[in-house]
Amino acid sequence: MGMTMTQKILAAHAGLPRVEAGQLIEAKLDLVLGNDITSPVAIRAMEECGAQTVFDRDRIALVLDHFTPNKDIKAAEQCRVVRDFARKHRITHFYDVGRMGIEHALLPEQGLVGPGDCVIGADSHTCTYGALGAFSTGVGSTDMAAGMISGKAWFKVPAAIRVALRGTLPPWVSGKDVILHLIGTIGVDGALYQSLEFTGEGVAALSMDDRLCIANMAIEAGAKNGIFPVDEVTRDYCRGRFLRESVEFSADPDAEYTRTVEIDLSALRPVVAFPHLPGNTRTIDEVGDVPVDQCVIGSCTNGRMGDLRAAAAVLKGRKVAPGVRCIILPGTQDIYLQALREGLAEIFVTAGAVFSTPTCGPCLGGHMGVLGKGERAVSTTNRNFVGRMGHVESEVYLASPAVAAASAVTGRITDPATLE
Amino acid sequence: MKAHGKAHCYGDNIDTDVIIPARYLNTVSHEELAAHCMEDLDKEFLRRVKPGDVMVGQKNFGCGSSREHAPIAIKACGISCVIAATFARIFYRNAINIGLPILECPEAAAAISNGDEVEVDFDTGVIRDLTTGAVFQAQPFPPFIQNIIQKGGLIPSLF
Repeated sequence: MGMTMTQKILAAHAGLPRVEAGQLIEAKLDLVLGNDITSPVAIRAMEECGAQTVFDRDRIALVLDHFTPNKDIKAAEQCRVVRDFARKHRITHFYDVGRMGIEHALLPEQGLVGPGDCVIGADSHTCTYGALGAFSTGVGSTDMAAGMISGKAWFKVPAAIRVALRGTLPPWVSGKDVILHLIGTIGVDGALYQSLEFTGEGVAALSMDDRLCIANMAIEAGAKNGIFPVDEVTRDYCRGRFLRESVEFSADPDAEYTRTVEIDLSALRPVVAFPHLPGNTRTIDEVGDVPVDQCVIGSCTNGRMGDLRAAAAVLKGRKVAPGVRCIILPGTQDIYLQALREGLAEIFVTAGAVFSTPTCGPCLGGHMGVLGKGERAVSTTNRNFVGRMGHVESEVYLASPAVAAASAVTGRITDPATLE
Repeated sequence: MKAHGKAHCYGDNIDTDVIIPARYLNTVSHEELAAHCMEDLDKEFLRRVKPGDVMVGQKNFGCGSSREHAPIAIKACGISCVIAATFARIFYRNAINIGLPILECPEAAAAISNGDEVEVDFDTGVIRDLTTGAVFQAQPFPPFIQNIIQKGGLIPSLF
């Protein structure tokens, strides 16, 4: 029996000729990631056990992105802990305000992750880098601490679900709609403890921004990781960016999958996840009349150039509806700059939207767009749990950048194709 | 080692945002995190919970964020173990790594009622509902994970 793509990467990093689902292994890590929420807990764990050094200062990334620019004194103190640690250990890839971006937009962009890597991050959306043909998964702070000390992590080798994609995406349908459709189909624990391996002729036509968005939300189906094959789109993206050696793994033809889910991309419609689960999906045609108070476009899921361009295509020459707050957040400083150069920032501000610095802020109800009692948001973020964006009686509807932008224009959840 | 206490029962997909809302993630203090555990889902929980009590969930307990603050908050408010039908994988790792015992047992998760008196034997994986007299057998941990637990968590197991 052959191995899946994920199993091959794990075997290579464990120094084993082969692994099988359920096996416990110890794997070498190419990168260990933490942010301003999870790193302080990891740093404390490291200090309590007396560890004096990190395994490799070039293979740790610390990104202050969640409550930054600091939302309050406590957040500032947490960032100070990370800043001091980064200075003490001379961490190469430390990103503070002015250089930082949302971690899962930043790391691929800066070439810190690439094909064949094995990566852990103390952030659940670390699974994003599967878009590049890497094994990457979210862990907690203690795993991060152990990874920073030893350069290794233990894993239970996952079984896999094959997601076979065919066709091409219609206008106004994006990677976000693909992953919301998948989560709606298999459920929020549909891939629990397993890999989601995306395959099929439909992959080739998906942009890297779409792939990053799809892999990003693998965790929302309970998956350990989501992974795409390495192809020309991957190589183009990594060229001049990823400076370590790319190692291209592919699944064996006789790899075993627990099930196959087929998706015809050309048949997809824009998808909206209703409160309070990402799997509670409806197509845009089934949404009905849902007025919104706030639209958020950004996050590690949808804060990339392709996302901002989709939002701008909708907002150009239009206005945000009276009574609606539209908040747009670029994923990184480079994306911010590119949006300025392309005139997207002007489109957003002219439309009556806010165009902020990069931050995770509103996605988790931290700052920069917290909802009040009874308020409702349509958001391009990744979770719509109770209280996720603010008050326990607020509501979040998950959608693509185009749907969120169209909803900002009309004040109710809207199919962008219907705008005049 | 045994745990003994009253059960606090919840449903499917108990996510980390309701276990500890992100607005409290600007601290690493265990006491402060414990003071807000479950408050968006069950305002009475913190008034009812007593040291040694057991939390019971159904499918996909702990889904969502990687925040270790979630198992820390549960442990710090006195919960001795969590029983669920299934756990989200990051929560599963985090709980083991910080020394919060968790047991996967769909039968116990389905049968135990809120307020039942429950006894859990971590060595054997036997769960007893002392209120109803029912006995359940949870999946034992693989030896690799037992080693982490015996050494008091992941970090001590490294040395």
